[in-house]
Amino acid sequence: MGEKYLLEVKNLKQYFPVRTGWFGTKPLKAVDDMSFAIKPGETLGLVGESGCGKTTVGRTILHLYRPTAGEIIYDGNRITPQNVHQFRQKMQIVFQDPYSSLNPRMTVSDIVGEPLDIHQLYQSKAERTERITELLNLVGLNSDHARRYAHEFSGGQRQRIGIARALAVNPRFIVCDEPVSALDVSIQAQVINTFEDLQKKLGIAYLFIAHDLLVVQHISQRIAVMYLGRIVETGEADEIISHPAHPYTQSLISAIPIPDPNTARARKRIPLEGDVPSPLNTPSGCAFRTRCRYATERCAQERPPLAEIAPDHSIACWNPHD
Amino acid sequence: MNEPLLQVKNLSTSFKVDSGEVRAVNGISFNLDKGRVLGIVGESGSGKSVTAYSIMRILVEPGRITGGQILFNGEDIVQYSKKQMREFRGKRVSIIFQDPMTSLNPVYTIGNQLREAIMLHTDRNRAQADERALEMLKLVGVNSPEQRLKQYPFELSGGMRQRIMIAMALCCEPDILIADEPTTALDVTIQAQILELMQELQKKLGMAIIMITHDLGVIADMCDEIIVMYAGRICERGTADEIFYNPRHEYTKGLLRSIPRLDTNHARLIPISGSPVDLTNMPKGCAFASRCDNCMKICLNELPEELDINDCHKASCWMNVKQVYEEAKGGIA
Repeated sequence: MGEKYLLEVKNLKQYFPVRTGWFGTKPLKAVDDMSFAIKPGETLGLVGESGCGKTTVGRTILHLYRPTAGEIIYDGNRITPQNVHQFRQKMQIVFQDPYSSLNPRMTVSDIVGEPLDIHQLYQSKAERTERITELLNLVGLNSDHARRYAHEFSGGQRQRIGIARALAVNPRFIVCDEPVSALDVSIQAQVINTFEDLQKKLGIAYLFIAHDLLVVQHISQRIAVMYLGRIVETGEADEIISHPAHPYTQSLISAIPIPDPNTARARKRIPLEGDVPSPLNTPSGCAFRTRCRYATERCAQERPPLAEIAPDHSIACWNPHD
Repeated sequence: MNEPLLQVKNLSTSFKVDSGEVRAVNGISFNLDKGRVLGIVGESGSGKSVTAYSIMRILVEPGRITGGQILFNGEDIVQYSKKQMREFRGKRVSIIFQDPMTSLNPVYTIGNQLREAIMLHTDRNRAQADERALEMLKLVGVNSPEQRLKQYPFELSGGMRQRIMIAMALCCEPDILIADEPTTALDVTIQAQILELMQELQKKLGMAIIMITHDLGVIADMCDEIIVMYAGRICERGTADEIFYNPRHEYTKGLLRSIPRLDTNHARLIPISGSPVDLTNMPKGCAFASRCDNCMKICLNELPEELDINDCHKASCWMNVKQVYEEAKGGIA
């Protein structure tokens, strides 16, 4: 074995049964055979459009959903529904919406203290209070905030409370599920910097899920691009942004609105036709072929595997173009 | 010289709530010429949407226009009666909203809703209105339009619904289209499709667009002129190039510094510190003063005047006054 991974996901599948008519059900393939790995202290950005299954991946890793198939291995140990409780101390999640992910009837100290209670991480009450203050300071809040309720805070501050809660158990891995999407531009940067500082200080690895490519590119060392439950391209962040090889990634990157009038005028978009197909009815072979400019006969018949085209850069495509 | 199509003069809009008066829009003025694309940027609570709703006069209670004029072709629409407004909306000025699901009626078919707008504003009969609806769907690039007319909004995807909204807004050939965060709820690839469509239609039909968004990328792509709003006031305005390459208000500068770019090589972002002001309790001086790194004594006490930076660029920031003063002093010495 070469490098040591903190988290490995192997052939993960997550199907949800959907009722079709009176009797039968049909599987909705939210995540379909995905494999990736994250090293300690690294950020893997997971991008894709809504409905591609990126949030499901994050939640399935933490066993908030029970995976249909596949393995999730944390530090060499396989996570199962039986032993997941002990892993929750090592893996945490920060949710997208800071308004609905905090209990409005709990004070900040109870929200941040709850994981400490669950995992019995203190000996005395004084120690608990001390730890809560420490956590709040870590995310840029202070002890005065501990007695207040979530509604008394702005969006950015609430997201910090959510981060403090995730940090309470000293995790080594955090799933960040669109943590800045609900925030204003000027506040986004504050929260992104908090994530970066914490990573430097505590060596936490992130799975950073977002649809905003500019944010993902900024914070991640590596990126995985998803389309309809599968990874279509993965590799080093700058490499993917500057030399995307999969036709879907190429379109996605050409569609990012660039906050610079000259660049925006100069560049050429690669438009995508139509909409994402329903995940209940994924196209045969390559899921992207219905919107792909280069689709051939083979794409309809065989599903392209994720294959390496350069060191640490893989794509799932039969006819890659530059 | 030609008169601008739309002139907003000293517009103020407030919401009277229990805790006081929320001054959402605080004395703003701007002009919109025929066939131009004007972008209004700002964060939530800056008053950009309220400005749009004031122009359409669709403010929800307890919102009221408390002062100023909105001149459309020289006529003040603030004085319009309800009946005049009904004729004005949709025909002269149309609006598309952020969320196409909640702005379409779920219990009527697409065809029904399009026909309603067309028959209300033109003297077409039912058959002609249906024809026009079909034509509009083709124009906005909806596939199999005949079938779509018979479908309900829930049967369509987000991007498709937004196309329907655009078709509905444009079916009576308005002079101005107000787009209130039209692509915020959409995915990037769909966003690109919709923005491209809007640009194309703008060229083809020659209408003016007011583009309201918080996304500087969308603004850079679409707009001729840009207005930056903060706490209900305009803090800077100018052509796209001036705003992006020569920002002269501390807030605009901060905003441009705080967004990640493709070419910065993971350099640390420089956020704007603090959080937005409380609109019920506006400070005496510049609203941005409490978050500004270069805040001076005068910023806390007096509102900055709007200063001409050049022909196509104005900003309301004391830093510019300071600079002018220092240059003058340097000239003497």
